[in-house]
Amino acid sequence: MLKELLSERLTPAEVTSRLERILPSVQKPGRYTGGELNQVVKDWDSVRTRVALVFPDLYDLGMSNLGMTILYDQLNRREDTLAERAFCPWSDMEVAMRKAGLPLYSLESKHPLSDFDIIGFSLPYETLYTNTLNALDLAGIPLVSVERTTEHPLVIAGGHTAFNPEPMHAFIDAFAIGEGEEVIHDIVDSHQAWKAGSGSRADLLHGLARIWGVYVPSLYVAHYHPNGAFARIESLWEGAPLPVQKRIVAQLPPPPTRFIVPYVDTVHNRIPIEIMRGCTRGCRFCHAGMITRPVRERPVAEILAAVEQAIAQTGFEEIGLLSLSSSDYTHIIDLVQTVREHFLGRHLSVSLPSLRIETVSVDLMDAVMDERRSGFTLAPEAATERMRRIINKPVSTAQLLETARAIYARGWPTLKLYFMIGHPSETLEDVQAIVDLCKTVLAIGRQEIGKRANLHAGVSTFVPKPHTPFQWVPCDTRENILAKQALLRRQMRGAGLKLTWTKPDETLLEAWLSRGDRRMAEVVYRAWQRGARFDAWKEHFSMPAWLAAFDEAGLDPAFYTDRPRPAFEVFPWEHISTTLRKKFLFDEYMRSQIAETTHDCREGCFACGILPTFADLRREHPGDAWMCPQVSPKKRVAVSN
Amino acid sequence: MIRLRLTFAKTDAMRYTSHLDLHKAWERTMRRADLPLIYNQGFNPRPRLQLAAALPLGFTSRCELMDTWLGENGRSLDQIRVALEGALPPGLRLLEMQPVELAEPALQTRVQAAEYTVTLLDPVDGLEDRLDGLLRADSLPRERRGKPYDLRPLIEALEPMPPDEAGRQRLRMLLAAQEGRTGRPEEVLAALDYDPSAARIERTRLIFVS
Repeated sequence: MLKELLSERLTPAEVTSRLERILPSVQKPGRYTGGELNQVVKDWDSVRTRVALVFPDLYDLGMSNLGMTILYDQLNRREDTLAERAFCPWSDMEVAMRKAGLPLYSLESKHPLSDFDIIGFSLPYETLYTNTLNALDLAGIPLVSVERTTEHPLVIAGGHTAFNPEPMHAFIDAFAIGEGEEVIHDIVDSHQAWKAGSGSRADLLHGLARIWGVYVPSLYVAHYHPNGAFARIESLWEGAPLPVQKRIVAQLPPPPTRFIVPYVDTVHNRIPIEIMRGCTRGCRFCHAGMITRPVRERPVAEILAAVEQAIAQTGFEEIGLLSLSSSDYTHIIDLVQTVREHFLGRHLSVSLPSLRIETVSVDLMDAVMDERRSGFTLAPEAATERMRRIINKPVSTAQLLETARAIYARGWPTLKLYFMIGHPSETLEDVQAIVDLCKTVLAIGRQEIGKRANLHAGVSTFVPKPHTPFQWVPCDTRENILAKQALLRRQMRGAGLKLTWTKPDETLLEAWLSRGDRRMAEVVYRAWQRGARFDAWKEHFSMPAWLAAFDEAGLDPAFYTDRPRPAFEVFPWEHISTTLRKKFLFDEYMRSQIAETTHDCREGCFACGILPTFADLRREHPGDAWMCPQVSPKKRVAVSN
Repeated sequence: MIRLRLTFAKTDAMRYTSHLDLHKAWERTMRRADLPLIYNQGFNPRPRLQLAAALPLGFTSRCELMDTWLGENGRSLDQIRVALEGALPPGLRLLEMQPVELAEPALQTRVQAAEYTVTLLDPVDGLEDRLDGLLRADSLPRERRGKPYDLRPLIEALEPMPPDEAGRQRLRMLLAAQEGRTGRPEEVLAALDYDPSAARIERTRLIFVS
């Protein structure tokens, strides 16, 4: 019925008037209005390309996503292009929209999404897949890529999940693999060139496939062994590269500062400034640490100027200095002192996430904090030194305890420790050690500040992510996870102790979706048909829908998560290249098996694959722009006659 | 330290900003304008901003009142006004600004009643008869959030107004607006047997104890 209603093609004015009737009766209507400070509204007819950027989760979450903010900024800087935003409606709004025949629309101009040239989905986590289908459905756009014609928008997607795009291959016309700042312009240029002619949809896709970092799934076919294991992928057109290499920017462009200021509360109300991209630590479970290499830092002066500008343009009360590992930023002390001099006493709070477990981190936080101190977060990930060696996060328990003492003594009443359970090498003793460690830490807190001391343990469950050294490792079984969590729940009790954990079903879903192959697309589709959406929200997540979807697709979920993979296994994501060599990852996996650590690669390059691949780029950007070693200038070959 | 009383309009999408979020919007406006708000002391310091009367979500207004306290900043009132106007987000409009005595009682304690203009998006037959019926009643027992109450004594005035440019019917309502004694325009509409979500409601005047 929705499709028929949509065929009338609503104008923005009609969207607005239907919206007015709906908004009084839905929760938090401020999510659906747009019109915020700093939104960019351009004349619809003054540009050649119109892009809708969709974050397929609630506005409240999507508005805090830096990736989408960067693309919005990049696209709107172009005179020939406009970019507008859309998010998924919560269930009450979805019902109201379908009833009123209101399609998914952009917040800026209230155009139905189907009016745009390009729809770009931001997919940082896998639990957005069903919402992506739902957004397309609400927009009246065919869900399956092959059903779209030149009349429909081009549907693209990017974000960390794009490094294994296969579970979404049927729904997305083209994926942007890696960093978006430059590739988004190439995509728009290519689309404009195509639109100027009278080419077919296939011509558009061929043009896109030629761009560095773009993967067009319909130009490939997957083959499987009779036992169901993935065999290989084949390119169906000579212009479709194998492998598809991820895109990087050689130098981080100046950060965006004109952030949109929401009318309603969102998860992070802050100025997010990325101080560094990539991480040299090499924690073996960490997907982000493997796919965001090389490490590139922004100069202190650039960060400071961006913060000043952003305060004047947004008035936000919090500054987030973001990176995967703040302590590793080369000029961290200088940065922190400068931030202190400029912003302390102005009723702003500064957050500095992902600090190393050492007392220096307490000094750093001390320097940027105002009078307000609530919680301090550290992520030891494991409680025994053996497990920390396996995951390559070497930190001694003595060092952790000393840091914890400093944190309580310097005025933080709550220490939050992040742990991860579920690695196959983990025993119940390792889990018991989490309890013991937490109790020791809390006892230290009591010594320092008495009963005010709190300890919050956040215990997540390990997912063996693609492109990491643990991609060969199986998931822990549901039974094991439940037993480990039961132990934690039984013992982490008492005044001052708090425990949070992830439900095993949620972990399994994340694992299936992140490790899936092309056949998983049918599971995603059938789960969506059965009402799955907002899978990351516990009020929506439905395991029965997913299990039924697997059943209908004739697939066994255990196939994806329960098998240790042999060395010769070909993964269905291997044609997407992070440029890290498979041998590097496998060596790291082998070292984990004998609990051997690998040092930070700033202390010596392991030739993970980044530098050999991008030697030319590195040569063009010498010095500390990258944390990788310098590459000597190309020797000139003497030409003689 | 100075205390300023601002009269402002809340329009467009800003009408879906809750009372709490409106505080945030003002705090950010002051920071963009580089005006030194005074913060309360305490563990979680909050800026000193006092709104006269919470405006329900979805209503627009052209008569909101707020007191704010600013530290010394070497700027004249005119300069402050210009800085504020340049920093306002879409949906907030500054109508008036004047200094008040620091010792003045809090605005909230002095609100008596509020006046609303209600635009009916759907046409209603026999509107005047329905209004008469309502006003003639001695009591209008209703229930809100599970609590029974009488709406009738909270209605101080209720009358039709000339239609808007689009020819839609409009009502003027004057309703009590005191702590624990608040008349709500949506409740009046419901009592008139009209769907409150098919109406546009604007607060036009706050009436204070003299």
